[in-house]
Amino acid sequence: MRDRSFTPSRALIYLIVTLFAAAYLAPLVVVILNSLRTNEEIAQSSMIGWPQHWAFGNYALAWSGFCVAETCAGIRPYMLNSALVTIPATIFSTLLGAVAGYAVSLWRFRGDVWIYGIVTLGLFLPQQMRLLPWTIVLRDIGLINTLSGLVLIHTIQGLSFTVLFCRNYYIAIPHELIRAARIDGAGFFRIFWRIILPLSAPILIVTVIWQFTHIWNEFLYGVTFTTGQQQPVTAALIALSTPIADIPKQGVQSAAVIIAALPTLLIYLFGGRYFVRGLTAGAVK
Amino acid sequence: MAALSIRALSKRYANLEVLKGIDLDIESGEFTVLVGPSGCGKSTLLNIVAGLDRASDGTIEIGGRVVNDVPPKDRDIAMVFQSYALYPSMTVRQNITFGMECRGVAKAEQEKALANVARLLQIEPLLGRKPSQLSGGQRQRVAMGRALVRDPLLFLFDEPLSNLDAKLRVEMRMEIKRLHQRIGATIVYVTHDQIEAMTMATRIAVMHRGVVQQFADPDTVYRYPANLFVARFMGSPPMNTMPARLEADGGGAVAVIGAGRPDEVRLHLQGYEAAASYIGREVVLGIRPECVAEGDRVFSGAAGPPVIVTAPVELVEPTGAETIVLLRLGGEPAQARISPDIRPAPGATFSFALDIRRICLFDPETERLIA
Repeated sequence: MRDRSFTPSRALIYLIVTLFAAAYLAPLVVVILNSLRTNEEIAQSSMIGWPQHWAFGNYALAWSGFCVAETCAGIRPYMLNSALVTIPATIFSTLLGAVAGYAVSLWRFRGDVWIYGIVTLGLFLPQQMRLLPWTIVLRDIGLINTLSGLVLIHTIQGLSFTVLFCRNYYIAIPHELIRAARIDGAGFFRIFWRIILPLSAPILIVTVIWQFTHIWNEFLYGVTFTTGQQQPVTAALIALSTPIADIPKQGVQSAAVIIAALPTLLIYLFGGRYFVRGLTAGAVK
Repeated sequence: MAALSIRALSKRYANLEVLKGIDLDIESGEFTVLVGPSGCGKSTLLNIVAGLDRASDGTIEIGGRVVNDVPPKDRDIAMVFQSYALYPSMTVRQNITFGMECRGVAKAEQEKALANVARLLQIEPLLGRKPSQLSGGQRQRVAMGRALVRDPLLFLFDEPLSNLDAKLRVEMRMEIKRLHQRIGATIVYVTHDQIEAMTMATRIAVMHRGVVQQFADPDTVYRYPANLFVARFMGSPPMNTMPARLEADGGGAVAVIGAGRPDEVRLHLQGYEAAASYIGREVVLGIRPECVAEGDRVFSGAAGPPVIVTAPVELVEPTGAETIVLLRLGGEPAQARISPDIRPAPGATFSFALDIRRICLFDPETERLIA
């Protein structure tokens, strides 16, 4: 039995943990509350306060009525942009990462360690450093200011993570499985498809959650390489927060922020435990 | 026809030589066991035969065809692995038919082959299960089924019983041997367990440090070990080996253990003409523990009464089936296997019968068998 008695040191730990949790959650609480207050109410009192009248209309306005960059369609088109970038980029980077991780972990070849090292080096390069090379690449292949351009960037940049995750998972798969399959006559892709992929659910869930969250929340590439109607929602929110006339609209803006954050929040709420479980899962026996 | 011929095969990793010029010829229908301590190169050799690893030098022929550059799937082999290597996400049925599926065998033919193997191994009720729902012995059977269904020229077994508990291991050992007798397949079987080698093999290749020390049938390996390594590796407890001096005695030779000591042991050897040139020199004398028994033992096939020596007993280990006695022969430690109901007292002396017809003599320099 674990000792459940409430000692002073335990009380201290709870106190500290609670303080940290409050600090982390406070901004979210403020934004949620503001999203339910009218713009006038916020302007008259302060940014922090309990809603006097529940202003659920903020959400409808933010979704499809609010004016962003001279178009009054709310953030809906930008949400769609984000989805059109995030979903394909997540799928491509996860699948490519799984194949590459499988190759470097279970098929030894000359230079495999180097290739793995170089791919994962991408994790340590600051994003700003990659802006210029990507500008040149996107310009040369004609994908500046397109969603396809962002898909390409996120797919390739995402490989550093997905290869790392998948390789570290696959490395625990017994090599004898591969040997047996080779004697059975299966090749590289058949082994991947029939034997490795069915074992990969835990790590693929981790990779998808990770990639989806990061690509959805990504801001710098979105704001740098797209303008106007092509922007993902993270970039569009900035345009939304610079009011055209000087009337502050924090209520609607807060609602827009919540809507924009909703996909990743939902993924966290529903997938979070799979994420933790998958990260710590050893592979199969 | 030779099912497998290995010629001057060697394997080097950087500057480590794992296999040093291996030559083996294995006839069709033979059950060959490669046995040796871990790190002797036996598994590497098997992997090279399978095509999962490449040789640095030498050739491998399977069924008369040089296969050095042939990929594993085209070598007409099947392999059973130590971990069984069953595909975790597939059912037993899929595990067994996967190879045929890869080779594009027609569905009807797959079903027929599967049914045959399932009946042979009595795994029909398991076909729908996943490997994780099987016991160790059942997994072992499925792994064998996956190999059998291919009906290859050559079966390769890589320590297939090491993951089983002792009781199951003995059962599966018999089952594999029975299977071999029944289907007459050519098998190359790797193990570190000398009992498995002795019980199953038609021929044993004893390996040590990348060299085949001896390649012969089990009786020969046991009775005439080619060198001291083989003598000490095969058999449990291992062969007693001790320094002795060979002296002339009329027409024959006498091996003297502990020469000059008051308790020296003199053994008159007969039929050891090959050792004539060693008379007057030191040799290593080997005698198996079962050739040292209680004083009134009659050894089978012996023409006269056995040689009796009186020796001090140091330790007694009753195993139930027999009693192992640690004694001193001319001051040298030796083990004896005596009847289970006889328990000599440690510290006292006891009279032992020696079956000196089965003594081995080794050259102390080269460690090779003299006679």
